[in-house]
Amino acid sequence: MSEKAIRGEIPPVDLASPRDGGSPSGDPRPRHLTVRRGGVSLRLSPRVAVLSLVVAAGIFLLAVWALTLGSYAMSWGDAFAAARGTGDAKQVFVVQSLRLPRIIAAVLAGAALAVSGAIFQGVVRNPLVSPDIIGIDSGASLAAVFWIVTGKQNALLPVAAFVGAVATAAAIYLLAWQRGVDTDRLILVGIGVGAALAAGITYLTVRYPYEIVRPAEFWMMGSLSGSSWRDAATLLVAAAVLVPAALLLAPSLRTLQLGDDISRGLGVPLERLRFGLIIVGCGLAAASVAIAGPIGFVALMVPHVARMLAGPISGGVILFTAVLGAFFLLATDIFAQHGLPIALPVGAITAAVGAPYFLFLLYRSHAAH
Amino acid sequence: MHGTVRERRGAIGALMQTLRLEPPALPAPSRPARFRSGRALALLAGVGVVLLAALLSLRVGSISVSNRDAWDALVHFNPDSYEQTVVRSLRLPRTVIGLAIGASLGVAGAVMQGVTRNPLADPYILGVSSGASFAIVTAIFYLGITSPSGFVWFAFVGALVAAGLVFVIGSAGRDGPTPVKLALSGVVISAALSAWTSALLLLDQSTGNIVRFWVAGSVVGRDLGSVAALLPVLVGGGVACLFLGHQLNVLSLGDDAARGLGMRTGRTRLLCSLLVVLITGAAVAVAGPIGFVGLAIPHMARALVGPDYRWVLPASFLYGGAYLVAADVLGRLVAQPAELEVGIVTALIGAPFMVAVARRQHAT
Repeated sequence: MSEKAIRGEIPPVDLASPRDGGSPSGDPRPRHLTVRRGGVSLRLSPRVAVLSLVVAAGIFLLAVWALTLGSYAMSWGDAFAAARGTGDAKQVFVVQSLRLPRIIAAVLAGAALAVSGAIFQGVVRNPLVSPDIIGIDSGASLAAVFWIVTGKQNALLPVAAFVGAVATAAAIYLLAWQRGVDTDRLILVGIGVGAALAAGITYLTVRYPYEIVRPAEFWMMGSLSGSSWRDAATLLVAAAVLVPAALLLAPSLRTLQLGDDISRGLGVPLERLRFGLIIVGCGLAAASVAIAGPIGFVALMVPHVARMLAGPISGGVILFTAVLGAFFLLATDIFAQHGLPIALPVGAITAAVGAPYFLFLLYRSHAAH
Repeated sequence: MHGTVRERRGAIGALMQTLRLEPPALPAPSRPARFRSGRALALLAGVGVVLLAALLSLRVGSISVSNRDAWDALVHFNPDSYEQTVVRSLRLPRTVIGLAIGASLGVAGAVMQGVTRNPLADPYILGVSSGASFAIVTAIFYLGITSPSGFVWFAFVGALVAAGLVFVIGSAGRDGPTPVKLALSGVVISAALSAWTSALLLLDQSTGNIVRFWVAGSVVGRDLGSVAALLPVLVGGGVACLFLGHQLNVLSLGDDAARGLGMRTGRTRLLCSLLVVLITGAAVAVAGPIGFVGLAIPHMARALVGPDYRWVLPASFLYGGAYLVAADVLGRLVAQPAELEVGIVTALIGAPFMVAVARRQHAT
């Protein structure tokens, strides 16, 4: 399973298996946990459910640990109490207004990025794709860099970045449209658009004095430092709307893995489905890049690891991907903040960790092939 | 194959021989009749375009220079003349460097497209330039090497490693190295390398301030003395590529056919790749990463002279040089009084071109 999953030939979906995951004859144990509400069902295999719970517990432990870390260190008990608003006023301030929002932002941004990556990789059936690779982050970056170097109002920076990301996604989609969107064309057009936007960013960074450009370059690394409750709330809204949407679309995403022709033959409204999936994936990516800047390699790598551990894409696996992404970004952010002599933007760490690991995964799948 | 016959027959005979034995085209169907008389003319026109671009490059800028001053600056230089000094000390170096880089990158792109049988191959898109850039920034940052001839060795190593990685990753999977997979792995590698480059730069402001200009890709302010050692590498690599036309033609028939015709495909590929790495490394060391020259130019050359690589390569060489110098001149004109770095100009022209190629290649 895993070798195929990382090689990118996402294994064919077992269409013969009952959709409700009910027990096959002769086996009294249900193989899947199925949640049904109206016309919507979410299928979780026990393995994926257990994995998700384990990682979620890991997130909780990391979060509490992160509350205790920092220049104003405190014990686990104090931190926990301060998070609930009891205890020393100073501790409550540090924990509630500085540390907690950053932790929540890391968890939500990580989940959003990972799910958007899983959606993109599923839609184009290519494991090398993620929103940052096909240019959406470049759009957000161009807008944000313009915003920063021209000295516009700082509070609206996330809005500018969000608009940049969405406009870029729309441009890529429209440019790739020729009586439908071919996935290879979408990727190549995305790379081209991304390159043009990158040239624009380069133009801005060489045109302005370095002390003005430096904050913009810092932003482009992707960082969670200084996240506020407002940032966390923005991400929460985006995740609360878009992650359920992703889960809703997961079964059709599974069918999409069979290829365009078969999907069409099975009655999937291909273009509409793809459009919907792209909107959800872009929305998640845009929300995260608006708040935290372009944090690379989370969207690219986490879905791989999730597929490796939990199997081909499905609602349950998307959920697991979200949890895993949250765990990964929280862990790397803690490391970026406290694990080094100087605090670095988390994007530097995700690239440093993610890129070699990703290359290793691909190399191994290549060698196995 | 028919090398000895061709040599005995002389140029006209060779041309006729070529036309009859022309291999199936990539990517456009071969239409020899249309190109028969045109392609020698196209090469001749290429020489004219190169001269024209060079002349413009000497004349155009924040101060205009007359034809006469430009000519005098070259042949009997008068150091008292302000215009001639500008031409001699500023515009001549950037023109020479631009020609060398454009020509070699153009032909390198054509070789890459032939070797990978991929119309979207380009040293920049496939991450080779990023490998060189990353290695150079590392050399500047850790070792304090600031002269191009000092860090070019790092550029070669970086370009080689990146090219290898991109190819290994891009050929993973059942269907081998498809254009999309190669392009994607190039972008992934570039993304990783540029993230690391930026992380290095965040640690060190002074390097950051130098490197941000260099990363834009520019031929300005390179003094001929400091890059003199690299220009022969660039031009030599480019000229060496010109002799690969026959090999690329055979390769374009497909690996099995090429092997059947007696070609050692592995060795040919290796030789071609090494030349591309050599050219890219030297070009990045001199001017920083300049993208899309190797993408756009071979396509243009194919439109002019047809799909035969023996003609595509020299055409890419000539038009590549002219294109880069013209882009540099354009950069001086559009952002007056400032200048647009040539790397930005080529990206802004090349990226839409890539979108257009992608739309044509994957038309539904």
